[in-house]
Amino acid sequence: MCCLNDLELQKIKNNDESFDKLKKNSDSKGNNNNSINKISTTLNLLCDVDTLRSLIKENKVRVVDVRKKDDYLKGHVPTAVCLPLAELLSDDSPESIINILNNLGISDNTPVVVYDDTFGALASRVAWSFKFVGHKDVSLLEVTYSGWKNLGLEIEQKSNSFDKSSHSLNMDYSIYADASYVENANNDKKKVIIDSRERLNFLSEHIPNSKNIPYTMIRSEDSILRKPSELKRFLENRGIDFNSEIITYCGSVGTLSGLVFFALKAAGVPNVKLYPKSFKEWKSLGKAKIEFKDANYWDLSAE
Amino acid sequence: MRLSKKIYGLQYHNDILESSVDSDILSSSKKNDLNFENWGLIEESEYFANKVKLFRQDQLNADEFRRFRLQNGAYGSRLNSDFSMIRIKVPGGDITPEQMEKIANLAESFSIGSAHVSTRQNIQLHWVQLEDVSEVVRGLAEGGLTSREACGNTIRNVMCSHFAGVCSNEPFDTTIYAKAVAKFFLRNPMCQNLPRKFKFNFACCSEHGLVRIADVGLVPAIQDGIRGFRIYLGGGLGAASFIGHLLEEFTPESRLLSTCMSTIRVYDRLGNRENPARNRMRYLVNEMGWIKFQALLLKERDIVEATTSIPTKNVFESTLKIENNGNSLSSLSGNKKTTTTTTLPLINSENIQTAYERWLNTNVIAQKQSGYYGVSITLGAGDITSNQLRVLAESIREFSEERKARTTPQQNFFIRYIKSESIPKLFAKLSSIGLGNPGANTIVSPVGCSGTTSCNLAITNSHRLAKEIQSKFLELNYDMDQDLRTSTIKISGCPNSCGQHEVATVGFYGGAARLGNSMAPIYTMLFAGSTGENGELGKVVMRVPAKRIIDVVLKIIECYKEEKNDNETMHDWISKISVGRGNGKIQNLEDIKKILAPVIKLPSFSENPDSYKDYGSDSNFIAKTARGECAA
Repeated sequence: MCCLNDLELQKIKNNDESFDKLKKNSDSKGNNNNSINKISTTLNLLCDVDTLRSLIKENKVRVVDVRKKDDYLKGHVPTAVCLPLAELLSDDSPESIINILNNLGISDNTPVVVYDDTFGALASRVAWSFKFVGHKDVSLLEVTYSGWKNLGLEIEQKSNSFDKSSHSLNMDYSIYADASYVENANNDKKKVIIDSRERLNFLSEHIPNSKNIPYTMIRSEDSILRKPSELKRFLENRGIDFNSEIITYCGSVGTLSGLVFFALKAAGVPNVKLYPKSFKEWKSLGKAKIEFKDANYWDLSAE
Repeated sequence: MRLSKKIYGLQYHNDILESSVDSDILSSSKKNDLNFENWGLIEESEYFANKVKLFRQDQLNADEFRRFRLQNGAYGSRLNSDFSMIRIKVPGGDITPEQMEKIANLAESFSIGSAHVSTRQNIQLHWVQLEDVSEVVRGLAEGGLTSREACGNTIRNVMCSHFAGVCSNEPFDTTIYAKAVAKFFLRNPMCQNLPRKFKFNFACCSEHGLVRIADVGLVPAIQDGIRGFRIYLGGGLGAASFIGHLLEEFTPESRLLSTCMSTIRVYDRLGNRENPARNRMRYLVNEMGWIKFQALLLKERDIVEATTSIPTKNVFESTLKIENNGNSLSSLSGNKKTTTTTTLPLINSENIQTAYERWLNTNVIAQKQSGYYGVSITLGAGDITSNQLRVLAESIREFSEERKARTTPQQNFFIRYIKSESIPKLFAKLSSIGLGNPGANTIVSPVGCSGTTSCNLAITNSHRLAKEIQSKFLELNYDMDQDLRTSTIKISGCPNSCGQHEVATVGFYGGAARLGNSMAPIYTMLFAGSTGENGELGKVVMRVPAKRIIDVVLKIIECYKEEKNDNETMHDWISKISVGRGNGKIQNLEDIKKILAPVIKLPSFSENPDSYKDYGSDSNFIAKTARGECAA
């Protein structure tokens, strides 16, 4: 029960109203059974550090570390399992993702918290994949691994593994877009396409009618995502209707756009889709793109 | 009511300030009046966001919106009105490490991850989406900064020599005066709709400053123990440039405000509002004639002095007082050096070995305060990444006893009050992130405006050209050549002079020309411009294709080396031949033009198409510009 009290306390401390709305409460009855598979907790999109620590203590969560295996072995969040993003991307068919879930001991009701060390983009891509195959209770850790370490929180080095589980396959196509879907959305005023790459990449070339929300825009100094009220304001400034359907894409595999996918969800947009194959596929298919060649903006970069 | 408050002594000062702004025209800035380092107003963010929405919904016409946008410091980006350049004012060039970190974050979130120091000491963020400008304005206000009146027909960033306060030759520190002027006119209704932009420049001494090329240029002076200025009016660079005129031998500090106000009033009343090409004050001065303008101005000043209310005057003067009292380094300033020549520790320019010594040679100067040094941070045409800004901010906190920095008209940063024992540590920290390049303020670090990287008016990529020259000259170790150090190269991408090409030893401004059957980017080269109180405008020499510029400068250096007298610097030599006083094979500009003629020749297009392209571009050159927004 203590974790729930913490959560309540956190809620009271938090002045950001819209954030409160987002923080759906855990099942107030909880479950004292230590078996991770039997509890019914619903996590927020973003899991704060205190909540995760409580859940770990009570063995109520599966923590997924998506960094490279070498980095994982050097140290990771206690109880975390290792799932390098590259492993998931090497075959991201639904069957393969279910297989991964089962190998990590994640069942339909296991709360999952994912983290990386790349401002949340890699974690987002993994979390989105879990959602895509029907895992509902998945959340991003609000800090990166470096952030966790800088807070002086506990880490461990042992490799964790859990008994194999049996996750059902229940595809959620409402969060997925492919190239032809994006192409059709192109002329649909109720659909908005968001390019998540940095500004100079966007200026160079992008999908026609897409709007730019660079991934660099949505993080704050101490969290991988800004407060929902801020994210909401960014969208309002852009005149984006929260009832429209939003499709995010980025450069190649849907990591940066995965993060923006979660940012939009956090801002309160109900209908968000990810185009995981993103601009790389779009270009290889020879689809239309907008290029801007009237300025030498790359020469401004001091890199 | 005011009288009754008088009895409360100290309280009185603040109250009169508040009551005056309540009833006075300056009410919009009243909340900040007691904190002079705060230039921002958070509510301007929401205001901007709402205007963008109205504009996008066609409820605000484009001209009206443009005027509003410029008034708030957002300039339309090159051939793409969905994006803006945000010009952050840095009054007096004075900036704190916390503000630098704020700008670093804003650049990363809403711009391109880099910021850009301008020749007028602003910091610019490029390619910001119009819909995000309000967020940048919000962030700036949180950091005490503003972009308000950084563009448009307003009082632009008030400049001040970055040496002010540490210069061996200054009679007093002018920084507080620059800030007081900036504070007084910011959001002031009397200058919200001038015929055109209006620029102030404060020097620290007769050498350091751009006082002759500003609308109002001020050189500090002391007469009979009273502080004051030599004020120059009506200077400015552009398609037609003028050198400012001296108003009177000495203007006492007590008449500073009235002189500034009367100049703005005369200009506001009589400046040309019809012809956008002739609406800067320098044209008014030129058309009216200096003698007439001067008489009119002095008369206007009498009227201003007779009619300015005491509360209004107090708004200005209290800024000076508070600034003076708040000067935490006043004790250090008292520790004045008796000699004006100072040698640095470890410097032996004859035998520069290490990167550190090389950097020390060009980037570190001794302050008038004994034991303290000022350090220039060499940037490439003013560009600095967010990460570099953060390390710079840390360095300032760690090593500068002033805990602040200055932006410079050479597009660099200058940090001051460094103890000699800290200099090596500072260098190590700076060079760890690519900020340890030598050659600041020398021929190795050309000034380059943003050019075709973001500006609507630009014809050529002056920005990249400046960086190309920098890397070439660093490779050639030109920063170590004492003869070349005092020479400068400044480049603009069009005739409008943001790169200040007319006050460089060798200046260039961009254009386009048909060479054979092909268009090519081409620069007009000028010689022997200079800054300071005796500053002169450069003289046009010849036109040089963009891709021939480096070779042309190399050839000029070669000629100089052959011709120079004993201790003659390249700047002196170029000045000499510009007025036809050369005493070797090259006597005048015609002589050097003959020598350079073969160097500027391009091969035919089919032989080398690349030489017809601009820097940073792999397609054929087309001169494309859009309407300038200065005059909007």
